[in-house]
Amino acid sequence: MISIENINKHFGENNVLKDMSFVFEPGKTNLIIGESGSGKTTLLKVMIGLHEANSGVVNYNERNFIEMNFKARKELRKEIGMLFQGGALFDYMSVQENIIFPLNMFAEKSEEENLERVNFCLNRVNLENTNHLLPSELSGGMKKRVAIARAIALNPKYLLCDEPNSGLDPKTAILIDNLIQEITEEYNITTIVNSHDMNSVMEIGDKIAFIHQGKIWWTGNKENLIASENQELNDFVFASKLFKRLRQKF
Amino acid sequence: MYTALKNIGQYFMLLRRVFSLPEKRAIFSKQVILEIEKIGLNSLGIVIIISLFVGAVVTIQTAFNLDNPFLPKYLIGLATRDSLILEFSPTMICLILAGKVGSNVASEIGSMRVTEQIDALEMMGVNSASFLILPKIIAAVFFFPFLVIISMGIGMFGGWLGSISVDVTTADFLYGLKYGFNPFYITYSLTKTVVFAFIITSVSSYYGYFTKGGALEVGVSSTKAVVYSSVVVLIFNFILTQLLLA
Repeated sequence: MISIENINKHFGENNVLKDMSFVFEPGKTNLIIGESGSGKTTLLKVMIGLHEANSGVVNYNERNFIEMNFKARKELRKEIGMLFQGGALFDYMSVQENIIFPLNMFAEKSEEENLERVNFCLNRVNLENTNHLLPSELSGGMKKRVAIARAIALNPKYLLCDEPNSGLDPKTAILIDNLIQEITEEYNITTIVNSHDMNSVMEIGDKIAFIHQGKIWWTGNKENLIASENQELNDFVFASKLFKRLRQKF
Repeated sequence: MYTALKNIGQYFMLLRRVFSLPEKRAIFSKQVILEIEKIGLNSLGIVIIISLFVGAVVTIQTAFNLDNPFLPKYLIGLATRDSLILEFSPTMICLILAGKVGSNVASEIGSMRVTEQIDALEMMGVNSASFLILPKIIAAVFFFPFLVIISMGIGMFGGWLGSISVDVTTADFLYGLKYGFNPFYITYSLTKTVVFAFIITSVSSYYGYFTKGGALEVGVSSTKAVVYSSVVVLIFNFILTQLLLA
């Protein structure tokens, strides 16, 4: 189980995260939603130590990540798969080299076993026979899928996704959302997804936290969200006329 | 002043992270070989062209300045040799490499930073500073001396070509090249090269590693890398010359 307690993070005078506390549902897809610049990515980066929190606790199964030393963090990070906003694939490596990289680094297995795992992960994200392509030869959606394959290569317990469908067309975005949802359920991973895409919220949100003004403003699930009377949440979720109309119908 | 001190402090803190044991030797060796190709072998062409022409020009200029019947012709070969070994090959070639390699290193690492590739490495539990920067430093420190030795040889060959055009006989030129040769000059030259190789790769990596923003900032980091590594190379050129020759 992942939980955060009283997380504070500021950049100079700018308080980005203010006393945030939340318990993420284990084995489910947890969504963090909020406007651009609300602190979603900062929260995710604090949770994995890419930004240091000013105060607070990040627990991974009762292990406080914030207090861990470099070595302990390194060990824990092997249990976490991360999908970055742009995919963050290594430019100079092929698809296969990207996915085999964490395996060669940390899995004490033979080259054949690692290659088998690469092919398994590529199959899982429906990208067979792309092993020797370079990231520059892939479309946006394919890059995201390779990044998912790389994130699950080491069988992580936790999967953190930073806006996995940003910059994708609606059809591909839903495909990526569904893939994340399926992987979460199949391997019983605790997944946290940052998003401001309302389609994602409706598709995959088992548990949702809405961030507003640097605070966890609202928590619930899809059904609660639609019925919610929270003004700020409604302003965000039903910002488009289409969603407003759908809500009225609902 | 505060920014300068902050940069120096941050640079040494980065170096502390860079000089740590590699996680996997096999992967690390592969990285070093890749960097030798990128940083070293790919610079061979420019080093050869520049050395050839500068060698020729140095000879012609020396001949022009020593155009005196009381001065023996072999002095032209001697002056060319000493100019190349003492200053041109180690310092000028390293300044040129600061431009080529420095901008390449800073933009490569800077792009990796802004596209979150460095974050991805850290996330996997890899020491990104050591993984990315140490192979570059090792490749440069081992390969730049070869480039400088090649530059010396090609420069002297260019000098010989230049000497033909100013009516210096091959025998006079070769006699000058060998006359009063002090092997310590080579030690001095290679010592400078190793130090410059370290400066160029580490300073450029520093500017790339701490890039913030997007494509524009990668360009800014790349420019800073070239400017600052060149300035530091010049400062250390003075210090090392004082220490080793004065």
